[in-house]
Amino acid sequence: MTGSPSLSEAPQVDQWLQVLADGTLRVLSGKVEIGQHIGHALSLIVADELDLPLHRVQLLPADTACSPDEGYTSGSNSLQHSGTALRLAAATARRILVQRAAASFGVAEHDVVCADGMLRNTWGNQAINFAEAMAGRGFEAPVAIDAITKRADELHHVGAPAPASALAGIVTGAAEFVHDLSWANMLHARVVRPPHYHARLMNAPHRVQAAEQSFDVIRDGSFIAIAGAPEFDVVRAAERLERQVEWADGPGLNTGDVFEQLRTGPRQSRSVVAGTPVEGEVTPHPPWPHDAAQVLAARFERSYQMHASIGPSAAAALFDGGKLTLWSATQGIFPLRGALARTLALDPADVRVIHVPGAGCYGHNGADDAALDAALVARACAGRHVLLKWTRAQEHTWEPYAPCMAVGLQAALDETGQIIGWRHDGYSDTHLARPRSGPDQAGPSRLLAARHIENAAPLFRPVPSMARHAGIHRNADPLYIFEQRSIAKHLVGGLPLRTSAMRTLGAFANVFAIESFIDELAAVAGADPLAYRLRHLRDERAGTVLRRVAAAARWPGRALAAGEALGLGLAQYKNAQAYAAVCARLRVDDAAVVHLEHLYIAADAGRVVDPDGLAAQLEGGAVQGASWALFEAVEYGARGISSVDWEGYRIARFEDLPPLTTELINRPGEPPLGAGEASSGPAGAAIANAIARACGVRPRRMPFTPYNLRLSAMRD
Amino acid sequence: MAAAQRLVLRVNGAVSTVQVDPATPLIYVLRNNMGLTGSKLGCALDQCGACRVLVDGAPAYSCTLAVAKAAASSVVTVEGLADGAALSALQQAFITHRAAQCGYCTAGMLISATALLRDTPNPSAAEVRAALQPHLCRCGAHPRIERAVLAAAQARS
Repeated sequence: MTGSPSLSEAPQVDQWLQVLADGTLRVLSGKVEIGQHIGHALSLIVADELDLPLHRVQLLPADTACSPDEGYTSGSNSLQHSGTALRLAAATARRILVQRAAASFGVAEHDVVCADGMLRNTWGNQAINFAEAMAGRGFEAPVAIDAITKRADELHHVGAPAPASALAGIVTGAAEFVHDLSWANMLHARVVRPPHYHARLMNAPHRVQAAEQSFDVIRDGSFIAIAGAPEFDVVRAAERLERQVEWADGPGLNTGDVFEQLRTGPRQSRSVVAGTPVEGEVTPHPPWPHDAAQVLAARFERSYQMHASIGPSAAAALFDGGKLTLWSATQGIFPLRGALARTLALDPADVRVIHVPGAGCYGHNGADDAALDAALVARACAGRHVLLKWTRAQEHTWEPYAPCMAVGLQAALDETGQIIGWRHDGYSDTHLARPRSGPDQAGPSRLLAARHIENAAPLFRPVPSMARHAGIHRNADPLYIFEQRSIAKHLVGGLPLRTSAMRTLGAFANVFAIESFIDELAAVAGADPLAYRLRHLRDERAGTVLRRVAAAARWPGRALAAGEALGLGLAQYKNAQAYAAVCARLRVDDAAVVHLEHLYIAADAGRVVDPDGLAAQLEGGAVQGASWALFEAVEYGARGISSVDWEGYRIARFEDLPPLTTELINRPGEPPLGAGEASSGPAGAAIANAIARACGVRPRRMPFTPYNLRLSAMRD
Repeated sequence: MAAAQRLVLRVNGAVSTVQVDPATPLIYVLRNNMGLTGSKLGCALDQCGACRVLVDGAPAYSCTLAVAKAAASSVVTVEGLADGAALSALQQAFITHRAAQCGYCTAGMLISATALLRDTPNPSAAEVRAALQPHLCRCGAHPRIERAVLAAAQARS
């Protein structure tokens, strides 16, 4: 068992676990619930280490007032960070409980049995619960990094099916979302946004009339909002205000060909070695090996795409006595607290952020921005709770998008068709614009309204992340074995749209590009794409998921009809987390419309903690990847974003989606690996490869719409 | 714009009186006046289905339906699908098949699926997909939702 970065921030057992008077164990985690049911998996881990019935484990919502600072819930790190920390904390706690019970019974430690939430003396009938053993004290000890944790065969909860309770609140409507919060005398709030990023407020009325009420306009620079009740009057007042304000439009959005700008725009470049960027000037690609028989090149592109949460961003806030309390669906309660405090010139100790679930966010969407909006309104309405919600159009037009990306690949093959040289150049805007993420730790500049208020935060200028498998270079380093590889990432500036972290960051475009190119090289080498991958792999776990998915899909699909084909995609997320292989079966019709017929997934996420939960995460990731691959692109013009609703930004609906088959390869002796993002890249790649095999057109630009497929056909 | 009026609503079998502007979309009345927050506001454009409730048995978008138009009708929300503590076969199947991740779209899905199973007790997979086509899910739970509806149909027959 190795340590966890979470333990350096919160080294004491008492920062993770507290025994309540009735013997219930309260669990504190800084990771937040974002639809992945992480709380369930963490509870299973703690219940197992302490042999507690699951109902005696109570996981508290993340709250800056009491939770350990675990940074962001992102990057499929929660099980490794919080899970590992909690496992060690629980194992340490168990030892302390046994020691205290032994002292109280007057026996040796090995004469105490800890089972079913009780501590028993094997020499007699004495038994005490955890609260009695604690006798009102805390654990008062650091988490032991070398604490002896349970062996795989001793785990009862981990790996068992989930109980019904996890979803009961959702199916009855009782589950509380941030949108559902309510207090006596609460004010509803709506913000009115500029028409686009560069517009500034010229004139706004001081009051606006709606539904026989007069509302004060809350204004700070170009930030304007309405607060009041009932909610629908506020909605109408905000709509009326929107029609009455005047904006200075400025130059508008840059509408030049964004893919051309990725190629030619100002950039900060870094070489990437073994997944990690290298400081200093980028090293030119080395000459090809002497035995290179032929060299091939290809370029792949991904359009701007959005998180497209089903629930518009929302937050609640109370400003009272100089202190701010904020209820938010943020993925990082502590980073948000820091950024809010800086923006509002408050002491971080006077800002408390409490996590409340929102609709699924899939990365850095508008949740943090809505938190600042709510805080600004609450500051203008001190003493009253404020619940602020974005409109659908605001969600679509103001969230930070997944950047558009271009990936240029080159490969040298020897006479046998083996890949002996590989070059990768990834071009993109930043994927790392969460408040306080990335090397500069910028807070306020990353919050939307902080750029609109009078005392505006400076413009955020991203710098290349030097972290392993961070943004642009996430999964840029294939698992395949090449004699020579040279990888560079290029952070391009001057691009038109606001961007940040969306599920998988750069991995989605990188895996799409790499896996597409591998299929193209296999064709040049005259090899079957499955066999060609396997002959370039040494990693047995990668080979296993590939073989399993191929068997499930009956690769290579000789029995399929004309226009129908299978396609493969493979990646290990961040080259360190779950392995996933996807095989897509689809048909391309005469109008170049793609019809998905089946998605097969095989994944290895190490020891399986929650099998059905893992399958659900993999399936969800593959479905989202399929939607990105086939349908999604943010549209915009000089006067702003034109994808303002679900008709202007299409995502997959039921009739677009095929059946899924998921196979899990359980490795009880291996640590659990994050899987929330593992399947998306392979799914997108598998669809691209199946399209090429079905109709002979190699998809170069995502989404694979009939228009983009025709464009790809013309370019090749 | 009209002033607030007294309206009588029949929601989940119970009759109650609310004092609201009759132009207010039903969802705000359900959520803010009656405390029934299970129905979600997703788009206010009839495009995502998160707000759907049954109005006289038919799925309706409560985000655009004026409350006055529902006043003479019987409204059922997600909170009214269980029989006391006993979940409906459909709710149970959603749990068994883990047919939700974040859960924001679930209430609307349950409403449309309830109407489907009432009219078509043994639907085909294609009929389930067609009934749920007005609903968006961003977590990608679609295959599980489809499976849950089919399983609920089996369990009821």
